[in-house]
Amino acid sequence: MTALVLGTPWSEVHTLLLPALWQTLLMVVIVMSIVVSLGLPLGLLIFNTSPRGLAPSPRVNASISWIANLGRSLPFLVLMAAIIPFTRLVVGTTIGIRAAIIPMSVAGVAFFARLVENAIRDVPDELLDVGQASGGSRWQIIRSIQLVEALPGLVAALTLNLVAMIEYSAIAGAIGAGGLGYLAVNYGYQQFDNHIMVSCIVLLIVLVQVIQFSGDRLVRALVH
Amino acid sequence: MIEVSGLTKAYGPTTVLDGIDFSVGDAQIAAIVGPSGAGKSTLARCINLLERPTGGTISVNGQELTSLSRRDLRAARRQIGTVFQSASLLRRLTAAQNVALPLRYVGLAEDEQRDRVRDLLDRVGLLDRANHYPAQLSGGQRQRVGLARGLALCPSVLLSDEATSGLDPDATRSILRLLMELRDDLGVTILVITHEMDVVRTVADAVAHLDHGRIVEHGAVGDVVRRSDSALSQALLPLPPAPAEGVRRTWRLRYSAPTVDPTWLAQVSRALHSDVAVLAALVEEHGTDQVGRLTVGLDASLDERQVAATFAAQGILASPVVAGVDELERAIA
Repeated sequence: MTALVLGTPWSEVHTLLLPALWQTLLMVVIVMSIVVSLGLPLGLLIFNTSPRGLAPSPRVNASISWIANLGRSLPFLVLMAAIIPFTRLVVGTTIGIRAAIIPMSVAGVAFFARLVENAIRDVPDELLDVGQASGGSRWQIIRSIQLVEALPGLVAALTLNLVAMIEYSAIAGAIGAGGLGYLAVNYGYQQFDNHIMVSCIVLLIVLVQVIQFSGDRLVRALVH
Repeated sequence: MIEVSGLTKAYGPTTVLDGIDFSVGDAQIAAIVGPSGAGKSTLARCINLLERPTGGTISVNGQELTSLSRRDLRAARRQIGTVFQSASLLRRLTAAQNVALPLRYVGLAEDEQRDRVRDLLDRVGLLDRANHYPAQLSGGQRQRVGLARGLALCPSVLLSDEATSGLDPDATRSILRLLMELRDDLGVTILVITHEMDVVRTVADAVAHLDHGRIVEHGAVGDVVRRSDSALSQALLPLPPAPAEGVRRTWRLRYSAPTVDPTWLAQVSRALHSDVAVLAALVEEHGTDQVGRLTVGLDASLDERQVAATFAAQGILASPVVAGVDELERAIA
């Protein structure tokens, strides 16, 4: 009886915890690669079509901005439910890791695009003038000035986004996506398994702290 | 050679530049001065084509630039080097990498880039700072890196947009010396946009005064400073206020001839049989010309016409100070 109340013996916690950690990391890595490859260009496009950008275009700016806002306007749990038909269309299933990746990417890309836009916005206007006066094309200026000068801001954005994706992966546990969130809800919460609950919490805290610490260190190293 | 003709720039209903005409000859330094808000920065942005003018033309070495397509414009910009206010260096690139930026844009080979950057940093005296980041350089050094970058593509025209504002006198001098070297050694045509009259006196061959989007006065610096009725002349050679004198009459003097005999003071004293008291003076060389502005005190009993004629014989324009008029004159300056 005692064992049932306290939960999985400490010596066996790792058999549940490690696969869950692996699933969480897998989900986050896949989602982040999608987020960066779509969110970065989207963020650059939002900034550069704005009045301060390299190719101002109010109409394009308004429409992309509107799309990016869509992805950020719903709480993640609601978004996940709302786009179930889309998820099924893309990956053919609505449960498991594959199903979780779609809503996570939608929310993540929208979030990251805004973070990128903000980071690029911190590059002084005069530097864009320098690029143009030096005979650079728009693409050259984006690569050699915007991305270079905004790099510390972009790394900070990446850190923030990474932490948010870990949080989302835990929420995605609700649709059976696996990972630490799923473990905490199913064992820790529903079966009153305190050992699992505590282990999941500690592991998530450590994970987030390590990511934030490394991200901050990297940002500091990049600032001259 | 830059020729600007009928240049107009309007933002909606606001006209910032209103029919600007001027030209700068090869290997000349021309200065555009004016109060803030006069349209100086807009003019600079129009000349390096960061802004499309609303009307008028800009041509560099005979090529008209305002009607070019985006692609041709980019190539044309390479003929115009720009030194920006406060250098505008990329913080995350070293001095050498900053200078190399325009070279990368034209796709110059790596080793050629390195050689060219070396030459450029050497010219501005910062070869030993090549691998420093902007944060490790002083304001004057940053500005020299900016100058080296502006010169990277061997432009025939250099635009210096408030490049010395905010620099200490030493740093300003070193930038100005470099500009003069570029004019004299490489024959670069330089347009200096500034609000600092010292800069104009030191480097400029010609000067134009921009106010409310129009050029209100212009000419060779040597000619302008000798004009008696000009606000620009007053601004270029201001005179400290003269102390009040009881028995003497105060006169303002201005060199009107390009060369004035340096011993004029003694000669005038002898001619008038009266001592000349120098109350305030500013005399300096501008190229081969001398320019000067003085306030002197003379015996009040001397005949005004005789005094004026005596000074005129030396190439000096003299006018007695009338209390109210003097204040007015200072207000204009």
